[in-house]
Amino acid sequence: MSADILKDMDDHGPTQDFVTMTVAGQAFGIPVLHVRDVLGPQRITRVPLAPAEIEGSLNLRGRIVTAVNMRQRLQLPKSDFPEKAMAVVVEYEDELYSLLVDEVGEVLRLCNSQRDNNPATLDAKWRQIADGLYRLEGSLLIVLNIAAVLGAIRAAA
Amino acid sequence: MDDLLKEFLAETQEALEMLDSELVELEQRPGDPQLLGSIFRIMHTIKGTCGFLGLPRLEFVAHAAEDVLGKIRDGELVVTAQGVSLVLGALDRIKELIDALGQLGEEPKGSDADIIDDLHLLASGDLPAEGADDEESFAAAVAPEVTAEAVVVDESRLPGLYQRVGGAAVFDTAAETACSELLSVASDHADAETEMLNLQFALAGAFASALSGKDGASDDIDGVIAGLVNNGWSANELQLLREGFGKALGTLEVAEEDVAVVLSRFKVEGAPVAAVSNIVVLDDMVEDNDVPDMQVEAEVEVVKAPVARAVPPKGAKPAKKAPKAEKVEDVDLSSAAAAVQAQPQTLRVNINVLENLMNMVSELVLTRNQLLQTLRGFTDSPFSAPLQRLNQVTTELQESVMQTRMQPIGNAWSKLPRLVRDLTQELGKKIELVMTGADTELDRQILESIKDPLTHMVRNSADHGLELPEERREAGKAECGRILLDARHEGGHILVEVSDDGRGLPTSRIRAKVIQNGLATEAQLEGMSEQQIQQFIFRPGFSTAAAVTSVSGRGVGMDVVRTNIEKIGGVIEFTSREGQGSRFIIKIPLTLAIVSALIVECGGERFAMPQSSVIELVRISKNSAKGVELINGHPVYRLRDRLLPLVALNEMLGLDRKPEGEGNELYVVVAQVGSFVFGIIVDRVFDTEEIVVKPASRTLRHISLFSGTTILGDGSVIMILDPNGISAATSEATHEAVDDKVAATVSSRHETVSMLVFKAGSGGNKAVPLSLIARLEEADLSTAEFAGERTVIQYRGGLMPLVGFDGLPAARDGQHPILVFAEGDRMCGLVVDEVVDIVEGSLDLQLVSGGAERGLLGSSIIDGKSTDVIDTVHYLRQSDAAWFELQTHEPFGSESERRVLLVEDSSFFRNLLMPMLKMAGYRVTIAEHAEAALGICNDGNEKFDIIVSDIEMPGLSGFDLARTLRADDKWKATPMVALSSHASPQDFERGRHAGFTEYVTKLDPKALLTSLSRVLAAGDNERESAA
Repeated sequence: MSADILKDMDDHGPTQDFVTMTVAGQAFGIPVLHVRDVLGPQRITRVPLAPAEIEGSLNLRGRIVTAVNMRQRLQLPKSDFPEKAMAVVVEYEDELYSLLVDEVGEVLRLCNSQRDNNPATLDAKWRQIADGLYRLEGSLLIVLNIAAVLGAIRAAA
Repeated sequence: MDDLLKEFLAETQEALEMLDSELVELEQRPGDPQLLGSIFRIMHTIKGTCGFLGLPRLEFVAHAAEDVLGKIRDGELVVTAQGVSLVLGALDRIKELIDALGQLGEEPKGSDADIIDDLHLLASGDLPAEGADDEESFAAAVAPEVTAEAVVVDESRLPGLYQRVGGAAVFDTAAETACSELLSVASDHADAETEMLNLQFALAGAFASALSGKDGASDDIDGVIAGLVNNGWSANELQLLREGFGKALGTLEVAEEDVAVVLSRFKVEGAPVAAVSNIVVLDDMVEDNDVPDMQVEAEVEVVKAPVARAVPPKGAKPAKKAPKAEKVEDVDLSSAAAAVQAQPQTLRVNINVLENLMNMVSELVLTRNQLLQTLRGFTDSPFSAPLQRLNQVTTELQESVMQTRMQPIGNAWSKLPRLVRDLTQELGKKIELVMTGADTELDRQILESIKDPLTHMVRNSADHGLELPEERREAGKAECGRILLDARHEGGHILVEVSDDGRGLPTSRIRAKVIQNGLATEAQLEGMSEQQIQQFIFRPGFSTAAAVTSVSGRGVGMDVVRTNIEKIGGVIEFTSREGQGSRFIIKIPLTLAIVSALIVECGGERFAMPQSSVIELVRISKNSAKGVELINGHPVYRLRDRLLPLVALNEMLGLDRKPEGEGNELYVVVAQVGSFVFGIIVDRVFDTEEIVVKPASRTLRHISLFSGTTILGDGSVIMILDPNGISAATSEATHEAVDDKVAATVSSRHETVSMLVFKAGSGGNKAVPLSLIARLEEADLSTAEFAGERTVIQYRGGLMPLVGFDGLPAARDGQHPILVFAEGDRMCGLVVDEVVDIVEGSLDLQLVSGGAERGLLGSSIIDGKSTDVIDTVHYLRQSDAAWFELQTHEPFGSESERRVLLVEDSSFFRNLLMPMLKMAGYRVTIAEHAEAALGICNDGNEKFDIIVSDIEMPGLSGFDLARTLRADDKWKATPMVALSSHASPQDFERGRHAGFTEYVTKLDPKALLTSLSRVLAAGDNERESAA
């Protein structure tokens, strides 16, 4: 994204930066300040008896990161995932989690005027973890609510 | 809140906790000037700091308390319990204020006039002497000045100092001068010239060797001083000696900085202060609110107090003839400062910083391991030498960081003296608290987790254990009870012992309580040793206190204590001797952060197993004669002379099995939890490794089989298995088990029965007690034949009627499993759709309405599912109405209907036995427990020909019932048949002993009927022959 466009967007009022990613074709975004790291495919240790969404644990420079399979979390088909999954590492309540997604895209600076609330027809499970969405050209970007994505796993556990 | 205030809060909290214990100590040793000095100083510091920070409420309360303490110190007031209580009250108020200050950031509004007035009254109880206050403020005022103008002890001057001052001769002369001067000042010692001479040599020698740099020589000086103290030298005299020595050195043209260094070695009071302050260093570094061990602090304090107090009399001292008198004074002061500075070479470090440091070191250790592993293959790599150094440094660094986490266990004890004092007053008992081994160090994480359990145990000892003074006198003991706290290292563990010399906990009372609370039956208790019975106090819902006091007796407690201790991998044991006291022994690991673990593989994943719970490794060859055996599908292994229950880790974790045929060996990790020993089958066993325990993610924390996560040397993440969790998951009962025998008894409490679960007809699973089934067969029903209305099949040379689940003759088609019920040469087959499983289940039958017509006894939860339990009698009657006729023919006709009293608590067995007995021609009366049976028997109107009773019942057992009835004339001769799931020869013997005529296994209805007719027939014969 060129500086011109950034500048252009700035003119439209307050903006927010998002790390974008796709899971089964759907674009998601996480506020950039929440993202600690983006990793390529990692060696993940399976954890027996763990909740289905938990793919396992991995070692990120000596800290233990819990890997969450976002396809499973969003109840999407799993297919050849997660061998080549990308990982977006976020911190939630002093623990690191890595969200396994299909692809990680660029960082977008989005203008608040493009933001919409969740459509009322959105699936209840998705509505819980979505913090609204952005109308992009050609696609919609759902803003992920980290606390909702991870908190529910913990509550279920 | 600004940093200054924060620091003040942390410091004051520490000081307050120390005051708590010291005041209590003061009450016991009212005359101890050191103690008083220390207490006074702490209170004074609080007052001073509060004034400085502008906290008037705190300042006034502290000031009033300080006044009282000052009067006590000056001998104007006597230490009384009331006085101490008042000061403690003031302390509590200060604590409240401090807490509020911590929350609000400012002093709360309010008045402390009540406390202050009381303290003033107390202070003016005797005539207040004006001088007292002045002197304190003087001392207080001088102390800071001392620091201000002090010459700092410069340790860097130490090397070469010995040569610089002029060697041994100088010390000799200085010692001589000091000694003779002291002799002239302190005339009491005039008769001890020889002693002085000895001292002079000792002193000179000690300093000479200490400063010439010999190892451990500073102990010499301490030794000399300790000797003086033992000879009755007061701190004041020692101080004079010290001053004299310093002065003499000055006269001998030794530079004043050097004198300061030398004098810093002269510690008034024999205690090795330097070593002590090291401990304080650690305390302070490790945790902000932690109190350094109070004794340690007291000793350090001693150094300061005489120094400060030595200041005023100096002016009055005669004979300051030396030309450098002015300088000497400076030197003297500097040495005082030296003592002050020598004490706190500490730094307050935020606990998070330390934790972080710990994490980084863990990382370093892991990286090092990784490097070592990588380079293991290259023998002559240029990296090997630096790596070797890195290895060493890392190890040392790791040890040092671990060291910072270590704290003396005394920190966990600091609140106990106050607690015991308060309890003494509340309970009206006299209690002495003795603490030994307070300097035993352990990890602060562990320290935190044992604080509460320890407090609880001491509280328990004071409340339940120790008797009232009168009782103790009657029992011939000293009036004052004693609670002993002891800690010591033992083989990588810490042993903490809490004992008292009270009344002890009589095993008989534990027994009674266990039975009353239904924790075990009398029969089970009979098989246990005293030691095992005593461990029942750790069960939930157990409390022997007759009355609930405010202190304890709420029935929660010891189980929580045990849980807490076990959580950190510890073990707790209880022993008690009636009349002599009781004792708790806790064994806990030194640290939790880094543990040695065995790495195992299972289902392609690796896991760490804490070495501490691994007893041994066993490799079982599948070809050997002595392999794994199965008991009802559960694997066991004969390990030497005991049977080792096995659990397969892959099954527990839901992992794939190792592919069949791969390797002929089975690896078993023999683990111990408490006293429960079991084997865990794994696929492979690797090395042991030192692992850094990291808590599992919160999303995984609910999995009880894991205790944490770790990163191995190769960087992979693995889970740490929790032996406690595994053993708990293996069996509910084993966790409670004291040993195998008890485990067996305990589990039988739930009347577990093997049930065959099958599918037939509509609806869910059905079940039938396995013992009622003779065989399981499968037959092609299209080959079945007709015999009248019935479907029969040729089976074992006879015809066997077949019924379907609906009770009708079975349809003749398809391959079906058949449950065969047999009696004598009669057989009957129940055709079912599918045999599901054989499970061990407890039978708590819920009756279903109309069940009897449908051939159901009721439904029960088996294996987590609601399952209908079928009434075999119903089906047997469907297939052959004459089934039970053989019993009903003889010996009873309808005119002589026999009356049976059936005492049975399990509704399942009641429902099983009652129709059978009825069909066999008995008139059955039911009692659901022994008490009910006694009620019926004592009613007077009832007569029974025979009583059939279960043994294991809540409340009174079958044995109790038999004994009671046998003692009753009316029931003396009535035959009694015992019914039990155990049928060992010992059981028979016990039953007979209690008064039972016969002993029958519960699950053999036929045997019961036979035995009933036999017993009754024998009775009839006797009567006939008697007639």
